Amino acid sequence: MSRLARTFAGLRRRGARALIPYFTAGDPSLDITRQLVLEAARGGADLVELGVPFSDPLADGPVIQRASQRALAAGVSLARVLELARAVQGAITIPIVLLTYYNPVHAFGLKAFTHGAVEAGVDGVIVADLPPEEAGPLAADARAAGLDLIHLVAPTSPPERVRLIARKSRGFIYFVSLTGVTGARATLPPDLAENRRQLRAVTTKPVCVGFGISTPEQVAAMAPHADGVIVGSAIVRLVEARATSDRLVPEVGAFIAALKAPLRSQP
Amino acid sequence: MRTLSKRAPRLPDRNGHFGRFGGRFVPETLMAPLIELEQAYRAARRDPQFQGRLRTLLVDYAGRPTPLYFARRLTEHCGGAQIYLKREDLCHTGAHKINNVLGQGLLAERMGKRRVIAETGAGQHGVATATAAALLGLQCEVYMGGEDVERQSLNVFRMRLLGATVIPVEAGSRTLKDAINEALRDWVTNVRTTYYLLGSALGPHPYPMMVRDFHRVIGEETKRQLREGAGRLPDYVVACVGGGSNAIGLFYPFIGDAAVRIVGVEAAGHGLGSGRHGASLSAGSVGVLHGSMSYVLQNDDGQIATAHSISAGLDYPGVGPEHSYYKEAGRFEYASATDAEALAAFQALARLEGIMPALESAHAVAHAMRLAPTLGRERVIVIGLSGRGDKDVQVVSSEEGSGARTSAEPRLR
Repeated sequence: MSRLARTFAGLRRRGARALIPYFTAGDPSLDITRQLVLEAARGGADLVELGVPFSDPLADGPVIQRASQRALAAGVSLARVLELARAVQGAITIPIVLLTYYNPVHAFGLKAFTHGAVEAGVDGVIVADLPPEEAGPLAADARAAGLDLIHLVAPTSPPERVRLIARKSRGFIYFVSLTGVTGARATLPPDLAENRRQLRAVTTKPVCVGFGISTPEQVAAMAPHADGVIVGSAIVRLVEARATSDRLVPEVGAFIAALKAPLRSQP
Repeated sequence: MRTLSKRAPRLPDRNGHFGRFGGRFVPETLMAPLIELEQAYRAARRDPQFQGRLRTLLVDYAGRPTPLYFARRLTEHCGGAQIYLKREDLCHTGAHKINNVLGQGLLAERMGKRRVIAETGAGQHGVATATAAALLGLQCEVYMGGEDVERQSLNVFRMRLLGATVIPVEAGSRTLKDAINEALRDWVTNVRTTYYLLGSALGPHPYPMMVRDFHRVIGEETKRQLREGAGRLPDYVVACVGGGSNAIGLFYPFIGDAAVRIVGVEAAGHGLGSGRHGASLSAGSVGVLHGSMSYVLQNDDGQIATAHSISAGLDYPGVGPEHSYYKEAGRFEYASATDAEALAAFQALARLEGIMPALESAHAVAHAMRLAPTLGRERVIVIGLSGRGDKDVQVVSSEEGSGARTSAEPRLR
């Protein structure tokens, strides 16, 4: 059983849900991302998603696009994100998942990446532009290395694709809440609960909801439908706004604690 | 024609792969819509009514067939092989792009989508899409890099006159690559109501196949016209390659004709050694950009590089996957021409033939002018003259002023 699977099994036993904060690695610097990850773990994060910056993030809205550009301008690469993961490995016990596009992984080499990630203490990888049809080579190497390849389900996925993705996804299933790119939304789509029920009907694997979720109230609304809730752009926006403040790390920690509150021991 | 096209391999395969290239590397949100698009396209392709309507529009509206013109003065100037021009610049809207937008426009209508979006580099595809949208009564929005909006202002104005909304993209390198990113983000968000009318033979399956099919009329006409006019096949077909749509359209019907050498010409910008060019096949490596596996310009970390070309339509760090496949298979060859060589070819064609080519097409002219003197007078080169150069006169005139042209200026009789 992978560490991701154990984490979700433990949460289910306690009747709790996972809070999964996302950070674009290297925004504003790799050292601050390291501090943010440690702070997130202290604030109640159950796992952490580290975004590998990519020059052409076509699934991302403006907030994560800007963060990616800042990180790239600071010289961040996939190799340096793996170094960051290695650096926090001893200091935290929660799992780390990378979120990336396929080209940096392809350029790194699939075997080198999967082994390097596991060796750095990374538990899983989400590849935003790699549907199961194209994922064969990476899935094989990830499996051999012991890295969970996590697939996404979208509101546009018909039932036969939902079944395919549920079968292929390992660690958990990333449930995309809305039809669109990443970024905070004032309201979430009304058909979300129904889509979520359809997914529940075909799988017992953990399901985590992401895209558009930015407030503790929205996290609370998601809790009954998911094993975990992913918050990305809202955190990245806070990092952007407080990048030069010496209060950056504690403020992000407080926000993460507020997001986690509604997820502790739900019925 | 039919028997010859049968000899070409049946590519792509079911999942949109051309060997190891192509595919669908997209967010899951787009997978079902792409599969639906492919099914709709395959049904339309089999539908005689759809094909009949497209054929009628290509003839009565777009002005097909376009002439295959023997360029006598250019041929004499080069002193070698006979040079023919396939005059896509004479199509309605001034470039080959109209072939594809009429096909996809009819498909959008057939699928019940009333809103179309497009990306554009030089603006030719944007103008063509705006034109098809006006013709079919569809709402049209065009994404265009901020830098391209500045250097192709005439086309921006044309799109607005045709009723389209032009959305400048200020992200990244502010060129075609970023316009495609933004169009894909729009499509991810509005996929239920919107048709993405992609303008080159790139992107996720089925676009490379579909765009090729809508442009293969270029090569089919060329083959027929040369057979009727000269009773033979060409020795070379030459076309410029950015994303590669006009090139694949000209090349595709000749793939099975082993005696025909097929040459794509990429943008060498300031030179292949300068790092400022758009030659992904000549100087790039295999990667994934905009939904397909192909040759791309990238750094060691897999970050996509910024391309450069004087022609906005070739200013792109990737290329259609079918080009990558036939490059590796050894069937297509690739050359390149610099900004200065393209400018010189623009001048030469204007003065020798009274034809101003688009700066994109001028790259193909430049290579043909290098090639022709090395060949005997009995040999035949066909250049895909993909578009006309009116849109580029400002760029050419400002480059003339800066003296960039002088070193490569052709000596004319």
